[in-house]
Amino acid sequence: MDGEIAWEGNAQPQPIRKRVKRSRTLEARKSFKKHWQLYLVVLPPLLFFLIFKYYPMANAVLAFKDYNVIKGIWGSPWVGFRNFKLFFDNPIFWDLIRNTILLSGYLLLAGFPIPILLALMLNEIRSGRFKRIVQLVTFAPYFISTVVMVSIIMLFLAPRLGFANVALNHLGFDSINFLGEPGMFRSIYVWSDIWQTAGYSAVIYLAALAGIDPTLYEAAKVDGASRFQKIVHVDLPGILPTIVVILILNVGNVMAIGFEKVYLLQNPLNQSTSEIIATYVYSIGLLNANYSFATAVGLFNSVINLVLLLLVNGIAKRLTNSSIW
Amino acid sequence: MQAQAATKRTAIRESAGDRLFMAVVYTILTIVLIAVLYPLIYILSSSISSPAAVTSGRVFLWPVDISFKGFETLFNTPAILTGYGNSIFYTAAGTLISVALTVMIAYPLSRKTFFGRNAIMMIVTFTMIFSGGLIPTYMVVKSLHLIDTRWALLIPNAIWVWQVIIARTFFQASIPDELAEAAEIDGCSDLRFMRSVVIPLSKPILAVLVLMYAVGQWNAYFDALIYLKSANLFPLQLVLRSIIIQNNSSGMMDAMKMVERQQLSELLKYSLIVVATLPVLIIYPFVQRYFVQGMLVGSVKG
Repeated sequence: MDGEIAWEGNAQPQPIRKRVKRSRTLEARKSFKKHWQLYLVVLPPLLFFLIFKYYPMANAVLAFKDYNVIKGIWGSPWVGFRNFKLFFDNPIFWDLIRNTILLSGYLLLAGFPIPILLALMLNEIRSGRFKRIVQLVTFAPYFISTVVMVSIIMLFLAPRLGFANVALNHLGFDSINFLGEPGMFRSIYVWSDIWQTAGYSAVIYLAALAGIDPTLYEAAKVDGASRFQKIVHVDLPGILPTIVVILILNVGNVMAIGFEKVYLLQNPLNQSTSEIIATYVYSIGLLNANYSFATAVGLFNSVINLVLLLLVNGIAKRLTNSSIW
Repeated sequence: MQAQAATKRTAIRESAGDRLFMAVVYTILTIVLIAVLYPLIYILSSSISSPAAVTSGRVFLWPVDISFKGFETLFNTPAILTGYGNSIFYTAAGTLISVALTVMIAYPLSRKTFFGRNAIMMIVTFTMIFSGGLIPTYMVVKSLHLIDTRWALLIPNAIWVWQVIIARTFFQASIPDELAEAAEIDGCSDLRFMRSVVIPLSKPILAVLVLMYAVGQWNAYFDALIYLKSANLFPLQLVLRSIIIQNNSSGMMDAMKMVERQQLSELLKYSLIVVATLPVLIIYPFVQRYFVQGMLVGSVKG
């Protein structure tokens, strides 16, 4: 049956398809003639993408080669999956995977709900001034650079003079070398991240909340709903599509957790929990100049991330009809 | 309409449960407010306290023995001044290049009659979900002889896909096709239309692009870390990293007693944070709405 339909479908629309094709070339020719200036305008940015984004993708064949400086990327001998095998067989492989997933999983679990809660609470406030101040202040840390953020963390958690330890000492406790404790690295990373971005991330939910149909609130009021019930039955369903889209993006990027902050927070003492794939690629590739191996590790990470993103997006599409593309 | 609905909502008598609920909400938000604000105030206060007060942990909220010694030292340190100058240059030049390139790709992609727009859009957005990785990109930059030049911070990350999406969405929504067609009939070329119609009509989105790129460039350190070797090219963020995070303040203070030097180096860290962050945080309240706009425009079609 299936074959029959396919055959029918194949046989019938052929002339139409031909016509479509011809009209497309016609359209293209017309567009080139009409917009030749725009094609010139688009050329430099397009070249940017080809050179700095697509050429590196081609360069990633390095992962399957044994890089030799003299022979260059394309002249170096092929080694198949040897670099990948070396990586998988290396005891550090599982450490890296574990550290990467635990860090971003923690960030997701703690960092995802908080902006939603913040937005829901801010949405309840009718006093314009207090609301504006809270929004303005919580948004501000977003503009602090990673270097400054890590500097602040280090100053606050410094073993001797840091604010946290001075306070601990005042309360009669011993000092803690926070950044030297492998067990504390993830919490420091995650909670400082929340401190920095929760206000920023809440903005998107606030906008979604502002877009909820006011008649729903009227109806809730007529039904005698309390504020809390209103949040559960009107606000949350209203922003669910937004929540799902942001969740997809976050889950999809679990393996793509940023290098910048982890690298700066890293020290020899906390390395057992702070070494993630991205920092490993940097140290093995750029510091040790082991290009092929580092490229293989990076490529492995990119592919996992791509698969994850497509998978999560597919699941979300099936479950809720909201997806990112 | 919305304001009306809001007043109506508050006009209704609140039940005891609701009032308790609101008390909890206000309490939590106040705690959040303090938790975010306190570290910022603490750093600002420390930066204008005396070196001795900072090292002995006497600063808790307000400055102790106000002194501007930290800032004085900073402005007499060549490395800081060079870094500051470099950062201003990278921010100005980088923003200019980035905004220009972004508009150049976003506007054509917003025109329905521009053949190939979907293909180009695919090419652009695919780079958001997949990349060649650190080393392959480094090799490209290296083969173009950009390593250890100022260009390395201006070009390899000049266009952010997110900004292209935001700008394109804006152009689609605010430059009607009819307008472009009318201009065309009057014999106006695409370039002239871009210059004399699109750009003047797009000031809000240009503001968003300028601000986001400028803050991004001012705060960036990663590209400088991997592409630059000469200290005289370093942006402020990299100087900051070496002084605060790697604790290299030796070059900054010449002949001084050990104790004094230690105290000052502690104070300098606070002053440095303030100097590096204040320019952004001061303009931020005035431009916050542009950032919010940028986020929201993008999320419509993200």
